Amino acid sequence: MAKLTLADLRKMREEKQQAMEMRDASNKDVQVIVGMGTCGIAAGAKDTFTALVNAINEKGLTNVLIRQTGCMGLCHSEPTVEVVVPGMPTVIYGNVDAATAKSLVEKHIVGHQLIDDKILDRPSIDIIKNA
Amino acid sequence: MAYESYVLVCGGTACCSSGGTTVVETFKKELEAAGLKDKVQVVVTGCLGFCEQGPIVKILPQGTFYVQVKPEDVKEIVAEHLVKGRVVQRLCYDPEQAKKLVAEANIPFYQKQYRIVLRNCGIIDPEKIEDYIARDGYKAIEKVLFEMTPEQVVEEILKSGLRGRGGAGFPTGMKWKFAQQQPKGQKYMVCNADEGDPGAYMDRSTLEGDPHSILEAMTIAGYAIGASKGFIYIRAEYPLAIERLQIAIKQAHELGLLGEDILGSGFSFDIELRFGAGAFVCGEETALLQSIEGNRGMPKPRPPFPAVKGLWGRPTVINNVETLANIPVIINKGADWFNKIGTATTKGTKVFALTGKVNNSGLIEVPMGTTLREIIFDIGGGIRGGHQFKAAQTGGPSGGIIPPQFLDTPIDYESLAKIGSIMGSGGLIVMDETDCVVDVARFYLDFTVDESCGKCAPCRIGGRKLLNYLKKITDGRGTEQDIKDMQAICDAMNKASLCGLGQTASNPVRSTLRYFMDEYMEHIKDKKCRAGKCTKLIQYKIDPAKCKGCTLCARKCPANAITGTVKQPHVIDPAKCIKCGQCELNCKFGAISHG
Repeated sequence: MAKLTLADLRKMREEKQQAMEMRDASNKDVQVIVGMGTCGIAAGAKDTFTALVNAINEKGLTNVLIRQTGCMGLCHSEPTVEVVVPGMPTVIYGNVDAATAKSLVEKHIVGHQLIDDKILDRPSIDIIKNA
Repeated sequence: MAYESYVLVCGGTACCSSGGTTVVETFKKELEAAGLKDKVQVVVTGCLGFCEQGPIVKILPQGTFYVQVKPEDVKEIVAEHLVKGRVVQRLCYDPEQAKKLVAEANIPFYQKQYRIVLRNCGIIDPEKIEDYIARDGYKAIEKVLFEMTPEQVVEEILKSGLRGRGGAGFPTGMKWKFAQQQPKGQKYMVCNADEGDPGAYMDRSTLEGDPHSILEAMTIAGYAIGASKGFIYIRAEYPLAIERLQIAIKQAHELGLLGEDILGSGFSFDIELRFGAGAFVCGEETALLQSIEGNRGMPKPRPPFPAVKGLWGRPTVINNVETLANIPVIINKGADWFNKIGTATTKGTKVFALTGKVNNSGLIEVPMGTTLREIIFDIGGGIRGGHQFKAAQTGGPSGGIIPPQFLDTPIDYESLAKIGSIMGSGGLIVMDETDCVVDVARFYLDFTVDESCGKCAPCRIGGRKLLNYLKKITDGRGTEQDIKDMQAICDAMNKASLCGLGQTASNPVRSTLRYFMDEYMEHIKDKKCRAGKCTKLIQYKIDPAKCKGCTLCARKCPANAITGTVKQPHVIDPAKCIKCGQCELNCKFGAISHG
């Protein structure tokens, strides 16, 4: 990538902000975000991540963007996975092992149903005040 | 089949015991009766963290929050809210307030957290610079390089009231000012990421979740003090944080946000990583600088302060990770915004790694001035397993133990110092009645004795002596004179040690002596440990009235300490007993107890 000028940086920020708002990277409207800090990885987030990717491929879903992020602060419930599906409330699932990851894709993303017991429902984005 | 609404019912232990399970069943029944079975899904969630108002019901997507919902209320919620779309005001949170609150955003419980440092953690992909840029990343660097002079930057940080989050709380702006005032020439900016307190992981999580914020902050600091070179001193035990920092540095280089002539401003700044080998003392700034230079990590007397004579004898500013994470936000939003958050003497927020006997262990960020009670009981969800709160430990091995009577103290640097602890880097360990404070003090002393660099006598010898006394007491050989000797050693270490490690190493002992003298005395006089942690003080006994003489305990005892004949009460020989507890565990008649 070429080095940015001030104008480039501003342009890039604006474009990325719009992309994030639309939650649309490349026609992918569903987002699955896995907490991959040391705490998450220690609790098995890498297996969860693989299971998610496999399940998404198995179902042939092309509209799902799977991302990683750092610690969400919910270390007692790692691995944590946030799921954003248009028309559905954004939720965070806790203690997501490989099996839960599979049913998460089948039930939540394909079936539009929330999964009992695993919902933490404390999405840091909309609940906690952010600077 | 897609649902239109969702009814979330809290399935936490507290809510279930207050009738949550019946509420779920009733919801399912009523929804079916109303013909909404395929439109509304009923979901049982993990604890919503608002136990005293349970059972909790939340309706999504509106986010309406109902509290103390009884099975007989369910019909009304279904008929009014889910069928007609009208909120049932009667059950909405906070009946006392005239203006009923609807959205959860208005509930004080959730407002107790305030994220400045952790603003991007758990939200952005830390390996994508674009994600950071989209959330106002590198905006502060624009402002600083093109709109502000170095003097104005320092002035802004001074005005914000930001103080070092590494533990001591020295005003960050002052440090910057000292370094700025030094004659021009090579200066250095160092980030202290040598987080070593047991139980603390705020810096690791910040670096893993938002590495670019640290790079941006260091560049700002470099511009302010006139440094062209920065070092991040990070522990080698943080491989993921290191990997993400390396990725971040590479990306920033590619985009010209680090390196020569940043954004065409003419200012150049570069950052290198330096790995620590895990010595606790290297978190002390002068020892850290020694370690970067390739010497053995040992502290030096101050003055000269690093801001005057630091790395390779040049002016150097050292800031902790959390301190730096605040900088871009302060620049973007202004000092006046920042210094309205917090208490009179301590501005901003603090990140705590909440661990120990608490339900929701995790990483939290609260405004300064939040009380321990709010942190432990509201955010942390209370003590695990229904136990009693006994004490909280802040500041790691340099900190103190805070007893229950100070739960309502608003936390800032001064208030914690007053009650014999320190803010420290932000580890917060919660203890219940099964923890022995003498044993905890011994644990921390064990750590600091291990980690003492040995340069000065008060720390090297004093620490060892203190640890020996503590071992003696937990072994049941302590005397009252020991307590007096310990107090004298604590004072000497505090006054005469060379660096912060030795000066504060006695804090766990001092604070436990101050607040839990009765427990020390129990160990010394009654040879008793009420928490049952000090194994040498535990005595196992067989109640002859309950013992049936089944011989199971005698067979299970690995030390052959139990004797007796079949169908006759058995006895334990305390001299042979190794206190493993196997006998008590295996006794089918509850005849064996310890105390």
